[in-house]
Amino acid sequence: MAYVPLADQDSEMEMHHPHSWVTKYVWSQDHKVIAIQYGGLAIAVGVVALVLSLLMRMQLGFPETFDLIDPSSYYQSVTMHGMIMVVYMLTALLLGGFGNYLIPLMCGARDMVFPFLNMLSVWVYALSVLILMSSFFVSGGPTGAGWTLYPPQTSMAGTPGHDMGIVLMLLSLAVFIVAFTMGGLNYVTTILQYRCRGLTMMRLPLTVWGIFIATILGLFAFPALLVSAIMMLFDMLLGTSFFMPAVIESGTPLDHNGGSPILFQHLFWFFGHPEVYIVALPAFGLVSDVLSTHARKNIFGYRMMVWAIIAIGGLSFIVWAHHMYVSGMHPYFGFFFATTTLIIAVPTALKVYNWVLTLWEGDIRLNAPMYFAIGFIFTFIHGGLTGLFLGNVVIDLPLSDTYFVVAHFHMVMGVSPVLVIFAALYHWYPKVTGRMFHEGMAKAHFWCTFLGTYAIYLPMHYLGFLGVPRRYYAMGSTDFIPASAQDLNVVITYAALFVGAAQLLFFINIFWSLRNGEKAGPNPWGSASLEWQTPDTPPAHGNWGDELPTVYRWAYDYSVPGAHEDFIPQNVPESDEPTADEQHFDPDHDESKADA
Amino acid sequence: MSLFKTLTEKPWERKGVIGGLNPEGAFESPPERVALGFFLTIASVIFSMFGVSYVIRMSLPDWEPLAEPSQLWLNTGLLVISSVLFQWARNTANAGKQKNLMTAFIGGGVFALLFIAGQMLTWEGLQASGFYVASNPANSFFYLLTGLHVAHLLGGLWVWSKSSIRLISGSKPEDVRLSIELCTVYWHFLLIIWLIIFAILSNT
Repeated sequence: MAYVPLADQDSEMEMHHPHSWVTKYVWSQDHKVIAIQYGGLAIAVGVVALVLSLLMRMQLGFPETFDLIDPSSYYQSVTMHGMIMVVYMLTALLLGGFGNYLIPLMCGARDMVFPFLNMLSVWVYALSVLILMSSFFVSGGPTGAGWTLYPPQTSMAGTPGHDMGIVLMLLSLAVFIVAFTMGGLNYVTTILQYRCRGLTMMRLPLTVWGIFIATILGLFAFPALLVSAIMMLFDMLLGTSFFMPAVIESGTPLDHNGGSPILFQHLFWFFGHPEVYIVALPAFGLVSDVLSTHARKNIFGYRMMVWAIIAIGGLSFIVWAHHMYVSGMHPYFGFFFATTTLIIAVPTALKVYNWVLTLWEGDIRLNAPMYFAIGFIFTFIHGGLTGLFLGNVVIDLPLSDTYFVVAHFHMVMGVSPVLVIFAALYHWYPKVTGRMFHEGMAKAHFWCTFLGTYAIYLPMHYLGFLGVPRRYYAMGSTDFIPASAQDLNVVITYAALFVGAAQLLFFINIFWSLRNGEKAGPNPWGSASLEWQTPDTPPAHGNWGDELPTVYRWAYDYSVPGAHEDFIPQNVPESDEPTADEQHFDPDHDESKADA
Repeated sequence: MSLFKTLTEKPWERKGVIGGLNPEGAFESPPERVALGFFLTIASVIFSMFGVSYVIRMSLPDWEPLAEPSQLWLNTGLLVISSVLFQWARNTANAGKQKNLMTAFIGGGVFALLFIAGQMLTWEGLQASGFYVASNPANSFFYLLTGLHVAHLLGGLWVWSKSSIRLISGSKPEDVRLSIELCTVYWHFLLIIWLIIFAILSNT
């Protein structure tokens, strides 16, 4: 059956056209409202996780000073900070937020394929957040098992939140996966089936490619987490022994027997490693588009970039056990996973080279989104290089439980995606709100965040080399760690507090600019991709007015020789280019003439 | 969609409307069918993860195989009939006929309900004989896998009930054809999953 554009389905549009305040802003089926709901909630929980990290830093910088933080609340902060940031903030913001906003606009569609399912997705996500947050208020508090939730210690007395806390965490994760699946089915189906006329897959901006492959990874990786959550809930609530071995707790043998904790680790990391790329691939896509637009150059090696996204996505499913070197494994097994881990560096490095080559001889405009995008290249290279250390079994073993690992994954998976998120938020803010943000404040925000996070994580590499163990509430006196390590911890804590406070600049800026920002106009950056060509800014319900756009070119026609502007939007036909004969393309491939 | 052709396209060279004036999805299918395809893949991944866990857990020393009750054969028969009735409904709807459509489609759902009732009776029987969920990992997996399969069927029955209401309230066969087709595909999928689960449980 041939594709029928949504424009031709009046009844379909009428069905979810908002009629009241509630259907417009609360139970909305408009992808743009849903995106803002997803994004707003994700940022809100992200702030909670940020505060938790500052609590941890206060304890590490100034031990025995704060009554508020005891060992239990420290471990609970570690766990909740990690899980919230990885799953409920980054995944939800990048896919639920940016995915929802940009996919239909970049594909030239009126909305997602299944708007009702999309609405359900965001509210089920809200439910999962509610369940997670409720664990702060139950007896015993939230789980303190570490974000990896390894059994058997998750459910044993001594681990904070070993009764209600962990149950609520697992329940919340299961609900989150349901929400993600509903959203994810929408994203992939919309990208595959609802592209507008002329928009082939290879004409899609890399943002859509990143979100597309990341969603497929999510759809196939989250089931592993769901499966392990269900089995662990069975172990805890029904007394089964899927993961629980025979354990003696405070001198009393527990009822469990024979379960395999290692099985949990395999399932968890079969989800956990693709999860890194579920976060990274959309960030790769977003940053590619920001870099290309503000460098006024087409993205270098577009096809390679698409292939690299697909290759990284595929490889991410066969590297999971590099998180488990210290759990003990057959040496050949470790060798295999070390090899695949190092191979995944090839397409990743290719992307980094292409970003740098996109900048090369570009007409670079150093506005705030570009600052964040270039900052990302720095942090991502640093985080990526330390990954090469940790991917090798022999180097990983001594470093695995130290601050080196904390530094590595915060650089590569914390700071890097967050810088991209800020780049993207500033970049698309004019389209979402119709106003410009305050440029000076945004640049101040960049420098505070960029230099501040380096001040936090660069010294942590050194702490790791010293052998300072991670996840410890207090160091006590340890012979091999010099007393000066504590001085470094104080400095890191000051830097963390500074970076935390600097985020206020961002919030002040986006709220202040809603009323006071300059009017942005439809396309303030001179961007070629489709979302900037909507008839209204912000785009109205249905996005495209009476007629869906037609696409004649890829999304990266910047600084085309002979063109009268330094960009040609995707929906501009060749006949409208004043000096088409001077351009670089081969007229033999001109299919619009053939169609005519 | 040719994957190789798609991925080797050089978008910076090709200008103009590619593919003529009619926009094309990647698959010549309505989006609902594409989404169901993805969902079935996800469900397969979930069941395979449990399958892998089953095999790994089985190799540990405390495993005591469970003798599956013979009632499962009867239940399997009910699910097969359910699937056959759905296929009948699909063929009838495809032919654009009204006769027997409701009988076949609603009958398919009813037999699925009977299958679920049968599974619950099996669980009760096992409980009564002292095979509790926590007494052995083989038992745990039995309840887990059968329960998960029933949960998937319940999800299908929710869609089935919505389509049945449309059918009862007088929708024409062509209006419900897609719903009936998707239900049928889902039912066949769950039948295959059940046969695999049954085979694994019976042979270990």
